[in-house]
Amino acid sequence: MSKLLEVKGLHADLRLPAGALHAVRNVSFSMDQSETLSLVGESGCGKSMTALAIMDLLPPRGIRWADKLVFEDQDLLTIDASTMAGIRGGRMAMIFQEPMTSLDPCYTIGNQLEEAILEHQNISAGQARERAVYLLGKVGITAAASRLKQYPHQLSGGLRQRVMIAMGLMCSPGLIIADEPTTALDVTIQAQILALLASIQQEFKMGLLLITHDLGVVARMTDRLAVMYCGQVVETGDVRQVFDQPLHPYTRGLMACIPVPGKTRPGQKLGSIPGIVPTPIGDLSGCSFRNRCYAAGPQCAKEDVSLREISAGRAYRCLLSPEACAVETEGNWK
Amino acid sequence: MLIYALKRLGVAVLVMFTVSLISFMLTRVSGDPAIALAGEGASDEEIEFVRKQYGFDRPLFVQYVEWIGRALKGDLGESPYLNQPVTEMIRERIGVTMTLGICALMFAIILAIPLGILAAIRPNTWIDRTALTLSVLGQAMPSFWFGLIMIIFFGVMLRWLPISGSDTPLHFVMPTIALGYYATPAFMRLTRSGMLEVLASDHIRTARAKGLRWGKILFKHALRNAIIPVVALAAVQLGFMLGGSFIIESVFALHGIGYLALVSISRSDLPVVQALVLLLAVIYVVLTFLGDILNAFLDPRIRVR
Amino acid sequence: MTQTENGSQTMDRGLGLEVVFPTPRQIMRRRMLHHKGFLFGAAVVIIIFFMAILAPVLAPNDPYKQDLSLRMIPPIWQEKGTWEYPLGTDNLGRDYLSRLIYGCRISLLIGFACMLIAMFIGTVLGLSAGFFGGRVDMLVSFIITVRLALPAFLVAIAVVALVGGSMQIVILVLGCLIWDRFAVVLKATSQQIRSMDYVAAAKAAGCSVFWIISREILPNALNNLVVVATLEIGRAILLEAAFSFLGMGVQPPIPSWGLMIAEGREFMLFDPYLIVIPGVALFTLVLGMNLLGDGLRDVTAPEGRS
Repeated sequence: MSKLLEVKGLHADLRLPAGALHAVRNVSFSMDQSETLSLVGESGCGKSMTALAIMDLLPPRGIRWADKLVFEDQDLLTIDASTMAGIRGGRMAMIFQEPMTSLDPCYTIGNQLEEAILEHQNISAGQARERAVYLLGKVGITAAASRLKQYPHQLSGGLRQRVMIAMGLMCSPGLIIADEPTTALDVTIQAQILALLASIQQEFKMGLLLITHDLGVVARMTDRLAVMYCGQVVETGDVRQVFDQPLHPYTRGLMACIPVPGKTRPGQKLGSIPGIVPTPIGDLSGCSFRNRCYAAGPQCAKEDVSLREISAGRAYRCLLSPEACAVETEGNWK
Repeated sequence: MLIYALKRLGVAVLVMFTVSLISFMLTRVSGDPAIALAGEGASDEEIEFVRKQYGFDRPLFVQYVEWIGRALKGDLGESPYLNQPVTEMIRERIGVTMTLGICALMFAIILAIPLGILAAIRPNTWIDRTALTLSVLGQAMPSFWFGLIMIIFFGVMLRWLPISGSDTPLHFVMPTIALGYYATPAFMRLTRSGMLEVLASDHIRTARAKGLRWGKILFKHALRNAIIPVVALAAVQLGFMLGGSFIIESVFALHGIGYLALVSISRSDLPVVQALVLLLAVIYVVLTFLGDILNAFLDPRIRVR
Repeated sequence: MTQTENGSQTMDRGLGLEVVFPTPRQIMRRRMLHHKGFLFGAAVVIIIFFMAILAPVLAPNDPYKQDLSLRMIPPIWQEKGTWEYPLGTDNLGRDYLSRLIYGCRISLLIGFACMLIAMFIGTVLGLSAGFFGGRVDMLVSFIITVRLALPAFLVAIAVVALVGGSMQIVILVLGCLIWDRFAVVLKATSQQIRSMDYVAAAKAAGCSVFWIISREILPNALNNLVVVATLEIGRAILLEAAFSFLGMGVQPPIPSWGLMIAEGREFMLFDPYLIVIPGVALFTLVLGMNLLGDGLRDVTAPEGRS
């Protein structure tokens, strides 16, 4: 079975007055049907930009280029804008972070939901309405039929996010990209929305590209993950593999920062990675993480580091061998 | 929604009464209105006569209440110069001013909104800069002078358009442009900034993510949101145009209520001046009230308060 | 961030590289020098200002001197024009160029004076409304609404007609009419500033109302105030011209540009220069003022731009 999504060598730049910001640098990953892949990293590491670049939704100042960008056997780099618009929403849907502002305040929920499917499929208004009611029910909204007539400002944040999810599902897409779907919501609602996403993905057999900075979410929901830093992918692999044996020093740092039930002792200090994330403007050679890395050496500044694959789907971007990366005591991350 | 409307209505009524008071006091500003009406060189008896006849000898408050009472019933007094009821004088002339005002507003909007939209979707290009330049130039030009220039050019040199009077629609072309162009920059800038803001908003990003066609995004979602403040501005601008039309009416010899106001002021025809100031203020208040209601109608967020 | 010698700040980007940030004043100066509208507007205003001040020196003739034997000489670019009267003469034989130059004084004087009166009224009202809020706000909003509902210009004409048309009257009446924009802008600005933390801190420290307004709010509102002031000068100049055109403003023989247009109207079909020249002068001055005001707004707070 061919892959759902194949990304190779994706770049995205933002043209700012201060210079070109290299938001996405040489990102490559792939997804199978019905798989959940997480893009993980700190704020500003380029994970949202990657999603926008894939969907061709970059802001006017942004440009993208890639070696390969294939979705459901269609080459996204060569198709024209209207075909891409057809794929957007139709085969590939995106859910954004801010449910409070992501819906048009002047139109009803029903109008906006039906619009999502009427744009791509030749069905009647009544059929569109039925589908909207059905999906609202699926995302856990009661009294769906009367909700259709409501306006976005009449719903709470959690409800709006459910509406956004329903809107993404209207055309039964093959891939859903969820960009930090729960960050703007209350903690209690977060769990519900995530569970909802998981169950829907299973039921509709879609691919889910989950963008998040929350490792707990990743652990719960994902099959595979890709860790991003400063616009690059620095580690990929199965969730279990990466959590149990992180290879890249940055990933190791991330893991050391979160408490793990069973492993972290009460009263134990959590680690932190010293330094700040660099701004990817201008000339960037060598490893971007070298300033904050415990294992860095002079060679890290000289050459660009490429992704080293040690087994299928398992790779990391570091000059050192896996054993050398692991040479650190718990005292490294204070 | 109903409460909102009622509150605005209450404020509107209060404003109208205040304006009526000001209008009434206005004609008493220069001192004795009896002297003004009797004219220069009138003898003391003649002045006394005028005073008694028009009731100027009674306390001010009584005069005001009587005036406003009659005004509410539609009786605005009588012009001492033409011996005609003011209401009738107004009715004869208000059509011209209304036509002029509405045409000028239409002109401004039809010119400004497409320009504003174009400037917003192509910011910092020649279209944008041209639109902004034109708007800056437009706001610097005195409207009466522009009217005169047009008369020279289109009326006399080219002989395309008639230069005075109000008989045919062609008579309204130059006055409409002269009155309307001044409001065009405001509308253009408002549309442009509104569209720029909306186009950068999250819900437009959602619309793009849904794969909607660009035309639909622009008109159904972006413009719909951006147009809301423009509607409010349109109501206000129409009010200003109607109140300020007298200068254009004077330049083009259009016999509307603005022209009537000028003429009445110059010959101290007090009842007419009083009535016109009040009328224009009432029109403005009604227009802004309608504008608010329309606003609430267009923006669902205001409705459910 | 650290300081460098010329006052700008630098930041370590985390990879041992540095980015230099200029200070706000440097940013503003750079923007000013590059903003074409601002430069053009400033140039125009400065030139006209100097023309007004140096009028007695620049004007070749007395603007009031009539000579009927020299009436209606066309300007230099038409045949029969002479260099002695480069912009021609009007129907009373007065030198148009001199009248134009002296007219700068009238326009600038009236524009500036009206703006000052309007600024005073509008600032007091706007600041009180924004700062005290509540009932004061409601009252001021009501006053502003009443002002906007009145056909202001008509009322002004009526007052001037009743009281008499001299320059002082015109300035006073106009000034009392155009304060609305000041009030609205200052109300919004002071509301915004009042809700900021540093004002709350000042209040908590027990500073008096007057102190807070003059030390905290006014300086921050200053930049908005200056922008509105410049634009209102332009508006006042146009209004004065309209007043004079209708014969309700300054009286002849004062060389107000609006009055010159009115006086030339009779003859405009055969000698259009009589109205074109003062009109172009008005247009240029107001354009300069508006560009200056817009430019100031862009330069001091460019977030409003695209």
